[in-house]
Amino acid sequence: MSAATLHRLSFYRLWAIVWKEFIQMRRDRVTFAMMVGIPLMQLMLFGFAINSDPRHLPTAILAADQGPFARTLVAALRHSDYFALTQEPATEAEAARLLQLGDVQFVINLPEDFSRKLLRGEQPTVLIEADATDPAATGPAISAVRAIADTVLNRDLTGPLARLRARAGPIDFQIHAHYNPENITQYNVVPGLMGVVLTMTMVVITALAITRERERGTMENLLATPVRPVEVMVGKILPYIAVGYIQVTLILLAARFIFGVPMIGNLALLYGVSLIFIAANLSMGITFSTLAQNQLQAVQMAFFFFLPSILLSGFMFPFRGMPEWAQWVGTCLPNTHFLRIVRGILLKGNGLAEIAPEIWPLLLFLAVAMTVGVKRYRQTLD
Amino acid sequence: MSPTDLAIDVTGVTKKFGGKTVVDAIDLSVRRGEIYGFLGPNGSGKTTFIRMLCGLLTPDAGQGTCLGYDVLTQQTEIKRHVGYMTQRFSYYEDLSIRENLDFIARIYDVPDRAAAVQHSLERLGLQNRSAQLAGQLSGGWKQRLALAACLIHRPQLLLLDEPTAGVDPKARREFWDEIHQLAADGLTVLITTHYMDEAERCHRLAYLAYGKLLARGTLAEVLAGARLNTWSVTGPGLLELAAGLRGRPGVEQVVAFGNTLHVSGRDAAQLEAAINAVRNPRHEWTRVRSGLEDVFISLMDEAKDNFA
Repeated sequence: MSAATLHRLSFYRLWAIVWKEFIQMRRDRVTFAMMVGIPLMQLMLFGFAINSDPRHLPTAILAADQGPFARTLVAALRHSDYFALTQEPATEAEAARLLQLGDVQFVINLPEDFSRKLLRGEQPTVLIEADATDPAATGPAISAVRAIADTVLNRDLTGPLARLRARAGPIDFQIHAHYNPENITQYNVVPGLMGVVLTMTMVVITALAITRERERGTMENLLATPVRPVEVMVGKILPYIAVGYIQVTLILLAARFIFGVPMIGNLALLYGVSLIFIAANLSMGITFSTLAQNQLQAVQMAFFFFLPSILLSGFMFPFRGMPEWAQWVGTCLPNTHFLRIVRGILLKGNGLAEIAPEIWPLLLFLAVAMTVGVKRYRQTLD
Repeated sequence: MSPTDLAIDVTGVTKKFGGKTVVDAIDLSVRRGEIYGFLGPNGSGKTTFIRMLCGLLTPDAGQGTCLGYDVLTQQTEIKRHVGYMTQRFSYYEDLSIRENLDFIARIYDVPDRAAAVQHSLERLGLQNRSAQLAGQLSGGWKQRLALAACLIHRPQLLLLDEPTAGVDPKARREFWDEIHQLAADGLTVLITTHYMDEAERCHRLAYLAYGKLLARGTLAEVLAGARLNTWSVTGPGLLELAAGLRGRPGVEQVVAFGNTLHVSGRDAAQLEAAINAVRNPRHEWTRVRSGLEDVFISLMDEAKDNFA
């Protein structure tokens, strides 16, 4: 046999590895449960529990004025759904205490002279105190207040009082919130979960794959056979691509039938691009496993990759809100680009041309991770 | 002897790990069809040397061939024709016996794989247990599976690293019968062991300590080369006798074997003088042939004085 044939990639050997991995995957119940369990658990947690537009926040009202205008204003706040009027403290000190204890999120202070000043055209002041320790909890409610203030009294201010209505400003802003006009959190979170779940499971699975062989001593045997590093790596990646696709399908089904996420774009395109993303994460895991001494280290490394992938990718927090350095880190992570692709295809109906700028970074990441992995995989025990 | 008659022919093979020389300039030639025993204490460099032969480690110095392929440059070719059985069971415990054999056969691209796997199962008497997971097998069966797996691609050279550690005597004997059968069919076998009875079943032996080859040759040659004199003594109060002998000039080893005591030393005259000093009529002294174990312990003590 010539040296040239020996050094060629053998599909027999590649298939041998794939076949072995499939059998081992089937027998390893815990890993198998993780592959299906993690997407389901994440869907439950993030899909049902997270809401970036919180409503019915407990509010204390300190109404020194009980007149009709004051009552209309209070009713309007309640109807906005953002405020649940739970407390009516008698004094300002009591109200301040409620805020400090965290029993209420807001204290609304209607002054005694509210109606009088209003009628005189003196623009009365309504003080809203917010517990702003968590800005995300108070932000949407505060924006809602401004909209209410402009229009709430229009119905009451009739006849000669009509002059007191809020006048239109010099500019009329027309706002069209595209792709998710109702601001439904799930539309943003559930498609994003696809990237998060794949990052979490794919990296860990392959990070363990080679370190496990080393820990159990089977690597010594594998190294003593003619099998080549590329064959081992590709052979360990292929079976898990199938697993990745099962996860993608699970999440898409849940998105469609449980969360009612709109799917405007081409699903075939999404499945196609997912292949690059899945392979990129699997290669990353393989690279980790060539660096780690044991399975514990491999998992820890995977975790270090997973954290920025969830925090800096634009999944949890708006990408453009991050400082520039964090955006750079995020740009290097495959999840950042995949999130844009998934949201783009599902919510905006993006086609190949629109997502192309996000595809090549994924391809680049895949190429780098794969090269490092193959280079790092040692063919001897040296 | 022409080089093609040698399965292994290496000189000056050296390996260092972090400044420590684990294998120190070993020369070794093994003829085709020979069973070559590799002996030595734990940590003497046996496993490292075997790993260099089969391409798992690259020697830091030295040269030579294994099955005619260069050990430094043609590791891929060597791997195709060598069967290596590791010290620790290194097949997949979550795969069945048949799946393990099938996997190895696929990796080596064995022609007519199904038949090869079946033949291998039958030859080793594993066909009734072929669906059992390897992890559930006892030590003896694991060893049989490992042997079957490293034979499936019909290698020309078998490297066995302590294959019989922890295996019961009957299984060990069957294992050795199998090895002799394979050697008779033309396979070359290099085997490491700690058992003296196994060493005596090898065609030739080498003794390794502190990374150096201290003795080699046939059993008779190794025994003769050691120039060790041994006396056997029987009678009452052997424990006190042993205490009296130890430390006398010329007495290197005093070892109890049941109701007899073996007293050995390299200098025959000094040894006899020492024995004469404690000799009394209650004991019966006879001169015996030195055993392999006596020789090896003597070699190791000598090596310790020189290198350690």
